[in-house]
Amino acid sequence: MSTVAQPLVERRGAQRVRTWVPALAVFGIGLAAWQWLLPALGIERYLLPPLSDVLQAFWDNRSELLRGGWITFKEAAGGFVLGCSVAFVLALVLARWRPLGSALMPYMIAANAVPIVAFAPITNAWFGTLSPWSKIVIAALLCFFPVLVNTLRGLTSVRPESLELMRSYAAPQRVVYRRVRIPNSLPFVFSALKIASVLAMIGAVVGDYFGGSTEALGVQIVSAVSLAQYETAWAAILVASLLGIAFYAVVALAERLVLSWHPSIRAGVE
Amino acid sequence: MSANDAVVSARGISKTFGKAGVTALQDIELDVGQGEFISLIGPSGCGKSTLLRVIGDLVEPSSGDILVNGKTARRARLDRDYGMVFQAAVLYDWRTVAKNIALPLELMGFDRSMRAARVRELMHLVELEGFDKHYPWQLSGGMQQRVAIARALSFSPALLLMDEPFGALDEMTRERMNLELLRIWSEIGSTVIFVTHSISEAVFLSTRVVVMSARPGRITSIVPIDLPHPRTFETREDPRFFELVTEVREALHASGADAVEPDA
Amino acid sequence: MRSRIGSAAVRAATLLLVLAGLWALWEGYRKLWESTGWTRPFPVNATTLPHLHDIVGALFDPIREGEPLLARYMIDAALFTAKEAAVGFAIGATVGFLLGALIARFGVLQRGVMPYVVASQTIPILALAPIVVVGLGSVSIAGWTPKDWMRVSVIAAYLTFFPVTVNTVRGLRSADPAAVELMQSYAAREWSVFWKLRVPAAMPYLFSAFKVAATASVVGAVIGELPSSIQDGLGGWIINFNQYYALEPENLWAVNLVAAALGISFFLVVVLVEKLVVHRPPERLV
Repeated sequence: MSTVAQPLVERRGAQRVRTWVPALAVFGIGLAAWQWLLPALGIERYLLPPLSDVLQAFWDNRSELLRGGWITFKEAAGGFVLGCSVAFVLALVLARWRPLGSALMPYMIAANAVPIVAFAPITNAWFGTLSPWSKIVIAALLCFFPVLVNTLRGLTSVRPESLELMRSYAAPQRVVYRRVRIPNSLPFVFSALKIASVLAMIGAVVGDYFGGSTEALGVQIVSAVSLAQYETAWAAILVASLLGIAFYAVVALAERLVLSWHPSIRAGVE
Repeated sequence: MSANDAVVSARGISKTFGKAGVTALQDIELDVGQGEFISLIGPSGCGKSTLLRVIGDLVEPSSGDILVNGKTARRARLDRDYGMVFQAAVLYDWRTVAKNIALPLELMGFDRSMRAARVRELMHLVELEGFDKHYPWQLSGGMQQRVAIARALSFSPALLLMDEPFGALDEMTRERMNLELLRIWSEIGSTVIFVTHSISEAVFLSTRVVVMSARPGRITSIVPIDLPHPRTFETREDPRFFELVTEVREALHASGADAVEPDA
Repeated sequence: MRSRIGSAAVRAATLLLVLAGLWALWEGYRKLWESTGWTRPFPVNATTLPHLHDIVGALFDPIREGEPLLARYMIDAALFTAKEAAVGFAIGATVGFLLGALIARFGVLQRGVMPYVVASQTIPILALAPIVVVGLGSVSIAGWTPKDWMRVSVIAAYLTFFPVTVNTVRGLRSADPAAVELMQSYAAREWSVFWKLRVPAAMPYLFSAFKVAATASVVGAVIGELPSSIQDGLGGWIINFNQYYALEPENLWAVNLVAAALGISFFLVVVLVEKLVVHRPPERLV
């Protein structure tokens, strides 16, 4: 028995190293290129300052950048929670009244194509440019449609046999939802939540491009660019990226925990 | 028959898979003559599908020799000497029925008018006229398999390899498709090697039934089927049919008993 | 034939109903909030929430005395932004497809490159917009400096590139193994297998990416115009009307309407092309 288990574990370890080595190699080469190759090629400081300069700028401005990052993150998180929860509730309603849901589906998909960020000046007018609410609403709107569409799809793409089984048990609708539809929708929901986490962060940062509190990350980026301080701008973008990745990672972790039974997670697929 | 006349000639074919050493085939010896209809039947794991794929050069044997049409299996594949039909029709969702049938012809470089003519012939042969602009999902399972068969025959191969093509169909459709297949076979005159799970199907269709056993995959016996052609629905009620079915069944049980080993 | 006309009529009726419903919700909300004087989430008046008919009416007002209608300028601006988005989309989709095809073909690229392609989706490219657009303004390749709108196209291309690459890889790999085996039995050349099997099998995935990318290109184009003081596109007008919001709030709303229409039209174009190119069984919701 034990002789069978061990080779499997060893093989997994070796496999893992083999999968990551090329990626790490590319990462290392990329860093080196950033630091030495690009300046050597004469790429202007405008486009991509050497990594050391960017890190230096980060260090010099760390308190403003981190403070800005925190503010922006709160706006993104707030918008995420607001947009996703409203979307869930609406999806449950639309799933319950199927004709309405099917009729509205194409419109919701189309509404997703609207450049919501262009709406930022209007939310600024509503809540005041300095208020976090103007960015929260933008982030919420960005999250809303993807989560709504995907949750609705997840709630309604159930195998007919599962529903028939529930009918045969004379199960009331709320049981059908709890036992069949909602579990079925979870992979779809998490897939949408991952997208939404990224969108919320982008919305919070870019919303500031139309004006916002001087402490906010987006405003710092734009003012750094206007002062030709590209190293600082890149440092701020780095902070925004890392926050975005962290946000995404939290959602992905939650997905892993909740969906541990799902085949795509068990197979170790992204 | 001598090896030279045979369409397929296998000598000592063996195949083991993986480091665990699963012996799918062991020392297979088989000659298939021109115009024969051979069924391969056996329990799961007896290697019948593997043998079919070895003949089709889709799987390389671990040892042994195989000649298809007097050439190596690889040469036969490159020369497109055989057509293949799987249990799943494997039609392209994005092509109409006509275009699905024409696929091999496109790959082989036939020009448009030749393809169109050939497709019309084939659709007539499998009795699917009028469905050329339909898409696969608009057809029933049996119709999809007829398209798959037409496609396999499109370039008039000498040999047809079929892996449980009617396995996913209900029994009545299956029996009808069996008749269809025999009709097509008699019109075209190709050689057929047919893998199946169904004893009655094997007896009904074949000129010889090859019984295989599992663990390791071997040929245990070959039952010649002397039922007259053309075979019809009535053939299934012929006493000789039942005798042959029993003979095949007993051959399977005999090989099955041999294959059972006590747990290590 | 009758059913097609019938379903088109149903769809037209649904469209009218939805528009009417939105109008009713809008004006209803306005009425309710104005009459009760609620200030949460924000006070409602002619500035914060103009009447819908005022917004639409603003499009048909001349922009200044004796000048053409606002709608005229909006259409020009929309076309300008559309050009940036479309060029960017085309470049991004082509490069994305080529890279995706290479990655699908060469496994080694998969392990080395894909993690970055996927991770990069979390980098706020839109946040890079100011740097890219302003910064590229000082780049000259063999004496040629990219024009303003080309720099904005770079943003759109970047936003298109990643979803297309990821979905190209997924799509090319999605071919049924039995179908690949069948191709082997035909002794088909790899080139034939690619074009006759893998690419068609990848189409649904590709179009799914195109839908996301089309939307993203428009957003990217609008955002890209902001920091570079490009006046000709929608972004420029947004900044313009933002400044004068207190005086003429309807104009900013009107621009948003036009921007929304632009985004939706890009999306609909992809949907239309998909209907023509991709033949698949329709999705069924239970």
